[in-house]
Amino acid sequence: MKIGKQTIKLENSPCIFATSSIVGPKEMQGPLAQYFDANIKDVFFDEKTFEKAESKMLESCINNLLVKAGITQQDVDVIFSGDLLNQCISSCFAIRSFDVPFLGLYGACSTFCEGLILSSLLIESKAVKQVVASASSHFCSAERQFRMPLEHGNQKSPTAQATVTASGAALVTDKSVADNGIHITHVTPGKIIDLGVKDMSNMGAAMAPAAFSTISNHLTDTGRTIDYYDYIITGDLGIHGSDMLNELFKNEGIDISQKHKDCGVLIYDEENQDVNSGGSGCGCIASVFSSFWFNELKAKNVNRILLIATGALMSPISSSQGESIPGIAHAVAIEREV
Amino acid sequence: MDMLLNYGSAFLTGGIICVIGQILIDKTKLTPARILTLFVTLGVILTFLGIYEPIAEFGKCGATVPISGFGYSLFKGTVKAIEEKGFIGIFTGGVTATAGGIAAAVVFGFLASLFAKPTIK
Amino acid sequence: MNTNLNISNSEYDDLISKKAQKSPILKNICFAFLVGGLICVLGQFIYNQMENLGLDKETCSTITSISLIFLGAFLTSINLYSRIGRFAGAGSTIPITGFSNSIVAPAIEFKSEGYVLGIGANMFKVAGPVIVYGITSTVILGLVYYLIHYVF
Repeated sequence: MKIGKQTIKLENSPCIFATSSIVGPKEMQGPLAQYFDANIKDVFFDEKTFEKAESKMLESCINNLLVKAGITQQDVDVIFSGDLLNQCISSCFAIRSFDVPFLGLYGACSTFCEGLILSSLLIESKAVKQVVASASSHFCSAERQFRMPLEHGNQKSPTAQATVTASGAALVTDKSVADNGIHITHVTPGKIIDLGVKDMSNMGAAMAPAAFSTISNHLTDTGRTIDYYDYIITGDLGIHGSDMLNELFKNEGIDISQKHKDCGVLIYDEENQDVNSGGSGCGCIASVFSSFWFNELKAKNVNRILLIATGALMSPISSSQGESIPGIAHAVAIEREV
Repeated sequence: MDMLLNYGSAFLTGGIICVIGQILIDKTKLTPARILTLFVTLGVILTFLGIYEPIAEFGKCGATVPISGFGYSLFKGTVKAIEEKGFIGIFTGGVTATAGGIAAAVVFGFLASLFAKPTIK
Repeated sequence: MNTNLNISNSEYDDLISKKAQKSPILKNICFAFLVGGLICVLGQFIYNQMENLGLDKETCSTITSISLIFLGAFLTSINLYSRIGRFAGAGSTIPITGFSNSIVAPAIEFKSEGYVLGIGANMFKVAGPVIVYGITSTVILGLVYYLIHYVF
């Protein structure tokens, strides 16, 4: 049921029953290494190209999800998946081997929450029972599509972010089928917000206003305050983007710095990993939520989170044509039954 | 002694040209492809204006090794060809003078691609 | 609470400039100077050796260029040039070794799309504009030079 301007309250509160994550070598050197289910030792993952490696990573991530949830492909009604590559090839080729209906998504780095929103709405409607929401990104395949060839020697701006090599997947279920007490209670799809940022090396700042808009609309619609949640978790604003989000809230007289965490900041060690402003990419929030945060929810260390995946909706073509970078952010309220 | 001066002026000239590029990158957010393009075009224009020749005489390889030196060779070759062959030299001079470098870059690039594999930093 | 962004594009831009971490420009300049200078010294060394062999100026220059282009290509193919570029910045971009790097890097990367449409079509993805604008400006100014010296 829609409440307020943008938020939908889910009366049947679908359950996030299981999650699965897989990351690359650099992510395994980061502080969250112990939480990931699987990792690839080499960025090629025994494949000939980075694109094939990314597909294989996503495929194995979803397969692992089914194993963890103790179900088979036949039990899954739909898979939602998306990535950063043109025509979403990572997802298409990953899910080619599955005997399950597939709905492809593109929301740049906001894809994972877009998938969670659509999955939970589909289940809320009673149409289906079990849906997979997944997303992936790969540093090397993204780099060659959006930036420079890998072996080109250049300096990165301090506000630039490194695309995370990772996939994450979540199984969303109707409570009647499987329930572990972790529920999606509200979803807030975001509006496109563009404050005219054009710097391709500063996606964090381009996306922060969208995150602000979605979070503030979510709070207004639900009548909640920041204090209701244990954490407000954004996808990949990075260090600089997080700073900008804090500033935008400060302008409204709200201090979110104690509640706010960003997956792009969490996944790498800022001091020692040479990642400038942090991680980015669809796989960033997908893998960090599917490992660390889901773990925290299951361990009862955290009870209520607002998960906001942020995306920068540009392409190298729009950027070459002088367009600014439109931002988007989708929020999902995840609460554990106490 | 002459030898040392020779290296010193190359180091200084090359270093300064690179520093100008670095300031442009940091201050204007120009991408490397744009910097390279800007420098080669500036090399051509400065040679045309007679400004690059004295720099090259002083800096030697310090002025010819940076990509602006590629522009210098292009235009110098054009002038030489115009003097030797007249009008047609406008079209043949530049590429003739730089043919070695371009051919080397293409061939080495092709050979490298046969053996090398990209990796992450 | 207010859900609208009470901030104009230009105010937001100012806020970004205020908050964004600046490039360590002094450090970058030092490395650019050092690395760029050293590559030129290496070029000078090769040039001097060739001159000692009694070769003419043009041949010496060409051999120097080809040698440095080979070095750039070699360092790129053993995955080293990108590491140098991380700290040297313009110091490794602007010398001719950087031109070589900008041709070799896409050639290596686009091999996955095949020899013709991959390597062949993408080799000049980064360095193409250098050739285009280098040659175009030379021909235009060459024409001007011709007109000044031989026509008027």
